[in-house]
Amino acid sequence: MIAIPTLLAISIISFIIIQLPQGDYLDREIQRLEEEFGDSSSLAQVEELRERYGLNDPLWKRYFIWISGFVRGNFGESFEYKREVDELIWDRIAFTLLISVGSLIFTYVVAIPLGIYSATHQYKWSDHFLTFLSFVGMSIPAFLLALSLMVFAFDIFGVPLFGLFSAYYEGAPWTWGKLNDLFKHLWIPVIVVGINGTASLMRIMRGNLLDVLGQPFVQTARAKGLKEIVVVGKHAVRIAINPLISILGMSLPGILSGSAIVSIVLGLPTVGPILLRSLLNEDIYLAGTLIMMLSLLLVIGNLLADIALAWVDPRIRYE
Amino acid sequence: MNEIQSIPDQDIAVTEEIADAGEVGQLSYRQLIWRRFRKNRMGVIAGALLLLFYILAIGADFFAPYHYNEINMRLRHVPPQRLHFSVEDGFYVHGLKSIRNPESLELEFTKDMTQRHPVVFFFKDADGRRHFFSSAGPMFLLGTDRMGRDLLSRIMYGARVSMTLGLVGVFLSIVLGSILGTISGYWGGWVDNLIQRIIEILSAFPDIPLWMALGAALPPGWSSIQIYFGITIILSIIRWGGLARQVRGKVLAYRESDFVMAARAAGAGQWHIITRHLLPGCYSHIIVIATLAIPGMILGETALSFLGLGIRPPMTSWGVLLEEAQRVTVLLHYPWLIFPAVPVLIVVIAFNFLGDALRDAADPYSD
Repeated sequence: MIAIPTLLAISIISFIIIQLPQGDYLDREIQRLEEEFGDSSSLAQVEELRERYGLNDPLWKRYFIWISGFVRGNFGESFEYKREVDELIWDRIAFTLLISVGSLIFTYVVAIPLGIYSATHQYKWSDHFLTFLSFVGMSIPAFLLALSLMVFAFDIFGVPLFGLFSAYYEGAPWTWGKLNDLFKHLWIPVIVVGINGTASLMRIMRGNLLDVLGQPFVQTARAKGLKEIVVVGKHAVRIAINPLISILGMSLPGILSGSAIVSIVLGLPTVGPILLRSLLNEDIYLAGTLIMMLSLLLVIGNLLADIALAWVDPRIRYE
Repeated sequence: MNEIQSIPDQDIAVTEEIADAGEVGQLSYRQLIWRRFRKNRMGVIAGALLLLFYILAIGADFFAPYHYNEINMRLRHVPPQRLHFSVEDGFYVHGLKSIRNPESLELEFTKDMTQRHPVVFFFKDADGRRHFFSSAGPMFLLGTDRMGRDLLSRIMYGARVSMTLGLVGVFLSIVLGSILGTISGYWGGWVDNLIQRIIEILSAFPDIPLWMALGAALPPGWSSIQIYFGITIILSIIRWGGLARQVRGKVLAYRESDFVMAARAAGAGQWHIITRHLLPGCYSHIIVIATLAIPGMILGETALSFLGLGIRPPMTSWGVLLEEAQRVTVLLHYPWLIFPAVPVLIVVIAFNFLGDALRDAADPYSD
């Protein structure tokens, strides 16, 4: 329930931010028309458009119209594409979700075993190696990784890694072949977006497990003569993994941000590239809707993370 | 993002050593931290490396072989030249031979083995400015870009923008974060509530899309310096929240502690208690968080400029340089354009190691 005022505040901030640039889309359109045709005869037409899009109204009124439409699923019209925002975004949001969820799964599936391995082999060379690797992984910007992967792939396989589909399936209806093709392309952005999170999560898992392994109940388990694998797997890891789930919510902004910028580099049909375009063109209703949607995803993600935590750890109760 | 659990590993050994030295009582808190920090080899190396980078960046006018905007249209996309050494010439590079590619009609460059351009230290250029090293002939150790500008020099000048932007941005968020964090923790009540809600709302935005939106909002007519500070402010607006939370937590913990109670009982004013008793307790913590926040700022600037929403030419930064390397076709022909990524990586890794070492050294729980 606390999410609703938060979302309201987010919507106000988003709306103000996208209004910040001087001028509006139609100003640029006029400029473009003048450059092309050398006259401004269509000025009356532009005024009419401005009236229709409500650009002459005061800020608060525009916001009110926008937000009340938003709640009812009417996001306004895109200036650039001359279509309802609603038609433009759902595919892209779906792909964004697909990549983000994929990265999240990749992050946890890779980071937890590596973290456990690193902790149980503390100060061995393999631990040092993994530690160093995780530092590099945390430091490398996702877009650089994407860029270098693309160049390598082009060098070695001779195929551009651009987009999410091969040329053959682009725009084709959904078939098994297309789905297969999608998964062939999907793993690269998923890994690239997930690398930063994987590295830091691995460090956290290692630290947590080391803390837990030093506790008396682990010693007791060992003293009982349990096998090491049972001690670690059944006793220690179960405790050490809990904080990772509460981090789930915190790692979401990073993943959404990462997927935005990686998509721009790799030309993926997600929210990132269209957001960049709409921001540069002051396509305000499109940009505002996209920012709102990303924030909405984040808020929902946080909520799910809280629920997951309460479900996994019965000691946590929300009032 | 950069959350690493600190592991009190070498602390035990260090404490023992200090005890052996028998001078525990004589060392101040700061000296203790310095001692522990020195034990962390990676941290010290990282610190020294960063110092070197900052010196190179600030002295770029002197250390870079060319000015960053020295355009040479006849020497576009020259590949990196190898540095050779011989006894009679010292360090030198070979001359350049250009051939026009019959298909692309671009000039392509190869080595001219007959020519040698020796590297001159403390070189005096045409404007009478001294350079640490340069050469009378063309010498591009990392190649040139699409306007024939020396990439090495541009990286050095770019470091000035990219690396100071991180520092200034973190400084801004520290000021903002500690003030609001202290207010929030000390007074509590509705002020605390309000500040915490604001932080929550800020953290509900994914940062890169928000940076993109704010970056796009910077007016096109602004000068380079205005853009620089604009970007800095944009980056720190979003990042102060985390710091404020941590400071608040610390202040909350100290507020009810005995020494603050004693100060209050002795009649100390609120200002005195905050500045003399509460904030000093947070210093080490703030420094650690700040160090770990700098790489995020540097990466943020790089990403923004890479997308064309950050620093704008003629000012140059690592992100601006990488923007040229954005297209795969360009990279395949001129792979050296990706080179500005290397200092980005080194600096970010070094800051992470340094921050980690500082945290271990200043870890309040380890003793």
